[in-house]
This record gives sequence, structure tokens and C-alpha cells, in this order.
Amino acid sequence: MSDATTTQESLLGGNQTYHSVTEAISRVTEEKTPRMWYLTFSLVFSLALLFLGSIGYLFFKGVGIWGLQIPVGWGYAITNFVFWVGIGHAGTLISAILLLFRQHWRTSINRFAEAMTIFAVICALIFPGIHVGRPWVIYWVFPYPNQMSIWPNFRSPLLWDFFAVGTYFTVSLMFWYVGLVPDLAMLRDRAKHRLRKLVYGIFSIGWRGSNKNWKHYELAVLILAGLATPLVLSVHSVVSFDFAVGIIPGWHSTIFPPYFVAGAIFSGFAMVMTLAVITRKAYGLEDFITINHLEKMNIIMLVTGSMVAYSYVIELFTAWYSGNIYEQFIAMTRMTGPYAWAYWTMIFCNVVVPQFFWSKRLRRNVPVMFVASILINVGMWFERFVIVVSSLAQDFVPSSWDYFAPSVWDIIMLIGSFGLFLSLFMLFIRWLPMVAASEVKGILPQSETH
Amino acid sequence: MSTTEQNVYGMLAEFEDAGALLRAARKVREAGYSNFDAHSPFPIHGMDEAMGEQRSPLGWIVGIMGLIGGGGALLMQWWTSAVNYPVIVGGKPFFSLPAFIPITFELTILLAAFGAVFGMLYLNRLPKLFHPNFFSNRFERVTDGGFFMSIEASDPQFEVDRTRSYLESLGSTGVEVIPASETEGSGEEQ
Repeated sequence: MSDATTTQESLLGGNQTYHSVTEAISRVTEEKTPRMWYLTFSLVFSLALLFLGSIGYLFFKGVGIWGLQIPVGWGYAITNFVFWVGIGHAGTLISAILLLFRQHWRTSINRFAEAMTIFAVICALIFPGIHVGRPWVIYWVFPYPNQMSIWPNFRSPLLWDFFAVGTYFTVSLMFWYVGLVPDLAMLRDRAKHRLRKLVYGIFSIGWRGSNKNWKHYELAVLILAGLATPLVLSVHSVVSFDFAVGIIPGWHSTIFPPYFVAGAIFSGFAMVMTLAVITRKAYGLEDFITINHLEKMNIIMLVTGSMVAYSYVIELFTAWYSGNIYEQFIAMTRMTGPYAWAYWTMIFCNVVVPQFFWSKRLRRNVPVMFVASILINVGMWFERFVIVVSSLAQDFVPSSWDYFAPSVWDIIMLIGSFGLFLSLFMLFIRWLPMVAASEVKGILPQSETH
Repeated sequence: MSTTEQNVYGMLAEFEDAGALLRAARKVREAGYSNFDAHSPFPIHGMDEAMGEQRSPLGWIVGIMGLIGGGGALLMQWWTSAVNYPVIVGGKPFFSLPAFIPITFELTILLAAFGAVFGMLYLNRLPKLFHPNFFSNRFERVTDGGFFMSIEASDPQFEVDRTRSYLESLGSTGVEVIPASETEGSGEEQ
């Protein structure tokens, strides 16, 4: 325990007491909404409305408004789906896997990383939902007794996807909410306004910090972490099965599950970084999300980025070694063909950019990591684009080849999904404690009982 | 103050810090109290032991729910694909176990997680939006930085004066009686 205490001191900046932690975290939700919040929110919320509006238009006209054609039947929507699911994975990694490894530094960032997971998965779930052609019968994916007396095809990776991402969303939401309860009780106990007390009172379900409750609560959190860890690894594996189980060259590959999982964590940490850098600055939480936290995230990005780079190399090697002309052709086409610009963007952002984090000076430099995190997410979006589109556009028969170009609706929906994501995130920051106060208090030096 | 013997839910004592609360819990248990609880802004390491709490049975609930999820998923996929409406897909057997593994796995996790969350709520008897401890004004600090010990009047050892002086002797910084129902003036009592 003594070595844990020495590391605890560097986890938070300033001389924090229980009350200063409460103040710093609750203040954000209690003070008058900053003018900048309104300005930013109106911008991102109008993008979200644009997204919802364009979904309405899509329902009216059909998926033909996208740039899809044959052979490229999966374009931006599936790229966005894989991208957003991947973003979510960092939140689960921080909250679950780092909890199991007893990494105390996670307590400052886990809450909003988990929130990010939930909002990213909401964005992710929308895309396949609106891609199905007849979204009003999307409930057919549920195995329920129906008048057609048929059942979903349980052998299809697309149905696995529904169960995997649906489970992921449900479990992440429960995990997040369970973690929020003690902090909602904190806001309840500080609430001045009656309505505020009532709302936080209801959502904090009468939490009173009882040790008889903590006993079950702590075990529940530990079990949820234990369940979420294999879950998060399975989710992106199942997402990769959508491709790997198909026979399309460039998709049909056994390296896909680990490759996708590493990429998901890589992009998710980049997104946490982007949001953390902005939020800690805007709300003066530098004592909670310190430069040490950011550095640790950069190290994780360096590690997962290296795994992704390794996967790119192995993909090429497998294509060559397979002796399969279609695999070899698609590998070469990705690098030199019509989508070479996307491929090399991906290589630059995902392989070259994280290499800067070998330098301790650069990975403790906030502007550098901010720019790097955005570039990495651009790169990770292009990775999914390259996988989805380049394989479909040039498959087996040259006569069916075509070049996919997005329509304006593809682009609007991509931007709009960012609007939805950021709107939800800003509402979260405004109304909920964005740092897990009860967990941070538990790692303060004075919480030691001897 | 104005609370009569009939209207006493229990007693609430505040302590300086986590360590003081932990030592007090140990003493209270040694003194023979059984119906008491410690309240803190975060879980205190070693408190279960100090209070003589038993291990949470939550693991059993989660395990059983996980088995129901996994078994149920496999059964559902077998019955729908191989019994109720067999359709040949890609020349695979009706009961294609490898293809059924992902959903079996996901539903195991889903039901186990439901077990963890709802089992925890059940064991904690939550949601319970009101509790007599909330009559105390200072109890609000339990989510900030306050450490409290509560002893319920239903405890056979409980006796207002004796319990109060015992809690004070343990170093409590403030002891108050918690009424069972709201009485006149109980709100502003300090």
C-alpha cells in the first residue's frame, strides 16, 4: 500500500481535500452556464439537427441519396459505424480494463470517457439502422414470435453485430449509471433549488454512502468491469466479422479481430484526448486531468498505434504469402490505385504521427497531442474507408469495378454525426459530474486509514 | 431533542476522518451492536472486516444469470434454426455451433450484467428515495467529506443515553438522534 501512496501524490495537482474535490467537480454543473457553452452548443446542435433532418430525407427518398452503387453497396454509413463503435472502446478500456489492473490514474478520466463511449455507440447504432433500406422494420432483428413465423438468421455476422453492439450499449450504459449514483447523490445533497434536488434525488436512488451498500456496490462495479473487458474485445471482433466472414479480397482475413480491436482503442484514446484537452482547459480542471494523465494516454496511443502499424504490415505480408492473386491485387491497388490518397493519408496519420510520442517532451506538450489526436482520428476514419470501399470497388471481375464518390448527403451525415456526438457530450458536461468524485476521493492520501 | 422514545429511528454520529470511523466501527461491533452502519463519501478499505460484514453474495446472482443468458441463447438459436423453422443457409448444418457462439457469448454477458446491476440494487434495497437519516441536516455532508456511524433503535443494545455517551467516548465530533418520522422542529434541530 505504501508504494501506492507515493504514486497517489502525483495523480492530482494542488493540495486537494475532500471538499475541494466536491467543489471543483460540482461547480461545473452548478454555476451559470458559460456564454461559450451556449455558442458552442448552438453550433454543434444545429449540426445534430442537420443530421436528424437528413435522416428524415433519407427515409423519404431511400438510400439512393447516398453515393452507393453496385459494387460499392457499403459506403460512408458502414465506415462511420465502425469508426464510432471504435471510438467508444477507449471508454470501456479506461473504465474496465484499467480498473482491473488497478491503475488509479483512470479515476480522473473514466467518467467522461465512459460518457463518450455511450454517445459514440449511439452515433454508431444510427448508421446501420438507417442503412437497412426499410428502417421501419428494423425490429425484425429481434427474435420474436411473429405472424410470418420465421426467425432471424443467427448464422449471419450482421445479426451478431446487432447483439454485440446492443449488448455493448446496454452494459456501458448500466456501468456508467452505476458509477454515477454516488456522484449524483453528491449533487443532490448540494442542490439549492427544489427542482434540482428532486431530479438529482430521483436519479441518485436514495444513495446514502452506507457501507452495507458500498459492499455490494463495489463488487458490482468489479464484476461489471470483469464482464465489460471480454465484451469490449468481442464487440470489435464481431464488427470485424462483418468483413472477415465475407469472401471479398482484403476482407477475408483472420487478423481482422485483433487488428480492429487495437485500432478501436487507438482511435478511442485519440478522441478522449481531443475532448480532455478542450474540457480541462475550458473548465479549469488541470488539477484533475493533469499532464501526467495525458502523457499516459499518449503512451497507450503509441502502443496501440504500433499494433495497428504492425497489422498493416501483416496484411500486406498475408496477401503476398497467400499466393491468391485477388488478395495480392487488392493490396497493391490500395497503395497505388484510385484510393491511394486515402491509403497514404491513413498511413501518415496512424503510423507516422504517433511516432512523435517516443519523445517525452512531445508527449507532454498539449498542442502537439491535440493536433496528433485529431490527425489520428482522421487516419482511423480513413482506415475504415479504405477497408470498406477499396475492397468493394475492385473485387473479382474487372467489368463490375467502379469508383465510389460520396454524395453531399454522405458528407452531411458524417459531419452531422459529430454534431450529435458533441451535443450529447456538452449536455453531459453541463448536467452531470464529469469526473468521478467518489473515486477520486478514494485515492486522496488522507483516505488512507492507517 | 423533542424526539420521544417511540419516535426514534436511531442515532447518527459524525467522525473526523476515515480512520476514526473505521476504529469506531470496530469498537461498536465489539460492544455488541449488530444493527449499525458506516457512511462515507467513498468505500473505506477494511470497513467490511471492521463491521463484521459477510461477503456479498452478488457473485452467485451474476453467475446464475450468466448461465441463464448463455444457455438460453444457445437453446433459442438451436430451437429457432434447427427445430421450429430449419432453413439451409450457405450449406451449413441447421445447428451450426461455431456460428452460434458470438450471440451466446453476448447474451451471457448481457444477462450477467443485468444480474450485477439489478442484483446489487436488490441487495441494497435501492432505489429507496427516503431514509430517516436524511432528517439530519449534517448528513448531507456524507457525499462531500463527512464520515458517519448510524445505529438503529431496533438494535437490542440500543438505548438513547447509553448509546450516545458510548459514541461520544469513541471520539465522535457530534451525535444526534434520528427521528423515525418528521416531528415538529426536527428539521431545524442541530
